[in-house]
Amino acid sequence: METKQKIRILIAKPGLDGHDKGAKVVALALRDAGMEVIYSGLHQTLDQIIQSATQESVDVIGLSIMSGAHLPICQKLMAMMREKGLVHAKLTVGGVIPHQDIPKLKEIGVAAVFPGGTSFEDIINGINNLFE
Amino acid sequence: MGVAKYIKNEKDAIKEVIYQSGITVKPAYGPEDLERAGFSYEKDLGAPGEYPFTRSIHPQSYRSRAWTTRQYTGFGTPEETNERFRLMIANGQNGLNVAFDLPTQMGYDSDHPLAEGEVGRVGMAIDSLRDFEAAFKGIPLDRIGSGLTINAVATIMMAMYQAVAEKFGYSKNQISTTPQNDILKEMIGRGAWIFPVEHGVRLVGDSIEYAVKELPKSNPVSICGYHIRESGATPAQEIAYAFEIAKAYIENVTQRGIKPEDFVGRFSFNLNVYGNLWEQIAKFRAARKLWAKMLKEEYGVKDNKNLFLRGLFGGGGSGLTKEQPENNIMRGAYYALGAALSGAQTTALCSFDEAYTIPTPRSALLSLRTLEILMDEVGLRDTVDPLAGSYFVETLTLEMEKKILEEMKEVEKWGGMVKSISNGFVQRKVSRQAYEFEKGLQSGEYRKVGVVPVSEKGTDKDPGTEAAAVELHEYNEAWAEKSKANLKELRRTRNDKDVAETLKGLEKAAKTSENVMPHLVKCCHAYATVGEMAGVFRQVFGEWKEPDFY
Amino acid sequence: MLDIKDILAGNQNAGARMIRLVEDRDPLAHTLLKALYPHAGHAFIIGITGSPGVGKSSLIDGLITEFRRLDKRVAVIACDPSSPVSGGAILGDRLRMQRHAADENVFIRSMASRGQKGGLSRAAKDAALVLDAMGYPIIIIETAGAGQTEVDVADMAHSVGIVTIPGAGDGIQAIKAGILETGDVFIVNKSDRPDSEAAVFELNMMLGLRPPSKDGWKPVVLQTQALDGTGVKELARVFLSHFDFLRQEGRLEKKQIKIESRYFQSLVRDLALEKIMAGLETSKGFQEALKKIRLREIDPVTAAESVMDNIRVLNNDTKYHC
Repeated sequence: METKQKIRILIAKPGLDGHDKGAKVVALALRDAGMEVIYSGLHQTLDQIIQSATQESVDVIGLSIMSGAHLPICQKLMAMMREKGLVHAKLTVGGVIPHQDIPKLKEIGVAAVFPGGTSFEDIINGINNLFE
Repeated sequence: MGVAKYIKNEKDAIKEVIYQSGITVKPAYGPEDLERAGFSYEKDLGAPGEYPFTRSIHPQSYRSRAWTTRQYTGFGTPEETNERFRLMIANGQNGLNVAFDLPTQMGYDSDHPLAEGEVGRVGMAIDSLRDFEAAFKGIPLDRIGSGLTINAVATIMMAMYQAVAEKFGYSKNQISTTPQNDILKEMIGRGAWIFPVEHGVRLVGDSIEYAVKELPKSNPVSICGYHIRESGATPAQEIAYAFEIAKAYIENVTQRGIKPEDFVGRFSFNLNVYGNLWEQIAKFRAARKLWAKMLKEEYGVKDNKNLFLRGLFGGGGSGLTKEQPENNIMRGAYYALGAALSGAQTTALCSFDEAYTIPTPRSALLSLRTLEILMDEVGLRDTVDPLAGSYFVETLTLEMEKKILEEMKEVEKWGGMVKSISNGFVQRKVSRQAYEFEKGLQSGEYRKVGVVPVSEKGTDKDPGTEAAAVELHEYNEAWAEKSKANLKELRRTRNDKDVAETLKGLEKAAKTSENVMPHLVKCCHAYATVGEMAGVFRQVFGEWKEPDFY
Repeated sequence: MLDIKDILAGNQNAGARMIRLVEDRDPLAHTLLKALYPHAGHAFIIGITGSPGVGKSSLIDGLITEFRRLDKRVAVIACDPSSPVSGGAILGDRLRMQRHAADENVFIRSMASRGQKGGLSRAAKDAALVLDAMGYPIIIIETAGAGQTEVDVADMAHSVGIVTIPGAGDGIQAIKAGILETGDVFIVNKSDRPDSEAAVFELNMMLGLRPPSKDGWKPVVLQTQALDGTGVKELARVFLSHFDFLRQEGRLEKKQIKIESRYFQSLVRDLALEKIMAGLETSKGFQEALKKIRLREIDPVTAAESVMDNIRVLNNDTKYHC
């Protein structure tokens, strides 16, 4: 069997919020689309996320944020990624994200945003398109 | 989720109906169905208010008293919450329902690094007894009961509630507190857990034992099938898993030499109401019967009053959609209808905009009106369990009973709820189902009004409506500032020796099988913080490591 | 550009990216691996294998804690099967070890089997080499045993731990396919179960029947309860004592030589097969034989013989196809 270029993605739940149904469901969908998914589990600090992403040499860090804190979290994480030399990985975020925040997130450097309700197809294509 | 699977032919005739719980529904039912099922009024239903309570736990139900409805409060600082409490009581509310912020729920003080961005956001920030003093100032705690939406640190909050009551001159015999205190459901579907499974259950057991002995007016556990259903469980599983969770708690407490008779009467249930109407009604009726039977036959509970399944049937956020949000008003009305037809004691409706924002006063009012219309105009108070005797509903109730028992048997085969959760069996099942349903919704296999399957997007079948804009909980940095300042002040003025001593006592109890509650009360009086008390537990019990879910 | 100096200095980013190259069969990996090779050979490699659900990840989580308590840096390679249908995978072993995710002295790398037969891929072995060269003194390789894998692990680990749970009939299963012979430490996890003692007894009996190992190591049977940590300290101690045992009387060198020559042989086998099949499958004779089979004009055995009789050496370039 070929070992063609797989997309490795870390699905991470930063902070204290415990709603993980969306993250788990997306993880399953991405696996079924041929990606290698590492799930971080709940209650992750940004340090845990960065170190996991580094060690797993992921192509994408996919944050799942339901608490509304996506802007400060993404800002901090992008800075940490630069600091730790994680320049090859792309940051995406999904969850409870108001539309008006999407341009702000892109400005920070987030590569793709998948607000709740985005279809699996759109998420999969969205991630694949990051590597065209 | 919650929607049945409909297999239609090209003329849109329904060929097959399969409920999410796995029950197939025929085009028509008649007396032969009841006969085939061996239906017996005495055995399967009983009169309203009589064992096995299928029809109702009260003989008169809504004829004597309309159902009650709840409204959650609590956000920001304890002072602001106190204002809101007083306002609600002035408006005639006779019970409070308190929400806590995430750091408090997770046992962290407001100045903990993980608390950043969360202090006061989804509920009140509580760091110590001082905050409770501010929150409950001037509230007549002997007349007003408080429901506390708290789980992992429910023992701490219960102790703090007792401490604040004592501080204000009340005795613990007078106060009524109802912590949610269902840690096992957190591990399946809500995520606000801290300690490993066995230790979480031990703490629930401690709180129940303490309530039995010291807090006569308190209801220590509200078993939540609700969140399990939100995570992907079927209606039958919702009840089955809730009952298996109850069993785990019952077993823990009976091992301490306390008889089930002495405490199960104080359990209540928090159950979900969205989805197919008939499936919900059958579920609630079957649940009432099975709960009574289980307690009587397996646990030797004799007094009828202790066999009641008292429940809040409500919510159903998973049923709502962001697309065409006004549809959620109708959904809410139908869910309320289902709850009323099922004999709920209490209900709480989601507001129509809840799928994407914090409920506005207007939407909250609409929910209230929905309930009033049901009760005052549409006739839901007219008679008890009006659907009893229906060929369909009674057959369905019996089939639902079977399904629930099947699901319970599976958990028992896995070794009971504690083992099932530790090994991830329940979580796995529920996640897979959520995934399969979501796939089905996106492919059009399941239909929800307003939701367009991927294949129809952009075609003439797509009404092209934009989903409602998402709005978030406000976050006020000032709340965090205030809480942190209060903490600093607290640490300066309290007696460190007392704090250290009481925490030491707590540690000793945690390490042995001594009940932690009396120690927690002492810690609260000494102004130990939530973070310090939970910190002792973290140190002694460790933190849970989630199992895989796929 | 990946600098070998960074990897040798233990830079996590560099090491992880190197493992990625290895995993993706990037041609660059080849060159870098050869350069890293002389710097490896210092790590103690522990293999942990057993059927899915026996608690391997939880045990490893406990072992990490124990080794960290002894102030040792630890690396873990956690292997999971890829979905045969989609080719994707959910790599979930990390979940049970995630409390170590902020500890700089713990390196956890999840790997998907990517369809490699026998479960444990070449990539995992090469990843172990990278981690070794990075300086981790202890490397734990976890595989979801599914029959052959246990034997695979023996080909790359110095100490092999086989995990079973009571009552699953695993005691008997362990006898299958040489698994019993390859284990150094046998772990009966979930020892709170009632038939735990029976499982231990059974294992000891079976092990009593196995011929003594060439280097004199007597297999150890342990009981553990990974979820609350019971027996994990003991387990760590047993592994470390096995390592001490191997370091005496040149046993480790002998084992290492055996591992490397076996790896060499399997590598050559794999590479040769790749090289041959690369051209063979598209060649005329092969395709014609295949067509004849489809038309039922010839049976598979005769067809294979015809191909082999006419096989000729190819002289093409060596390309890593993935």
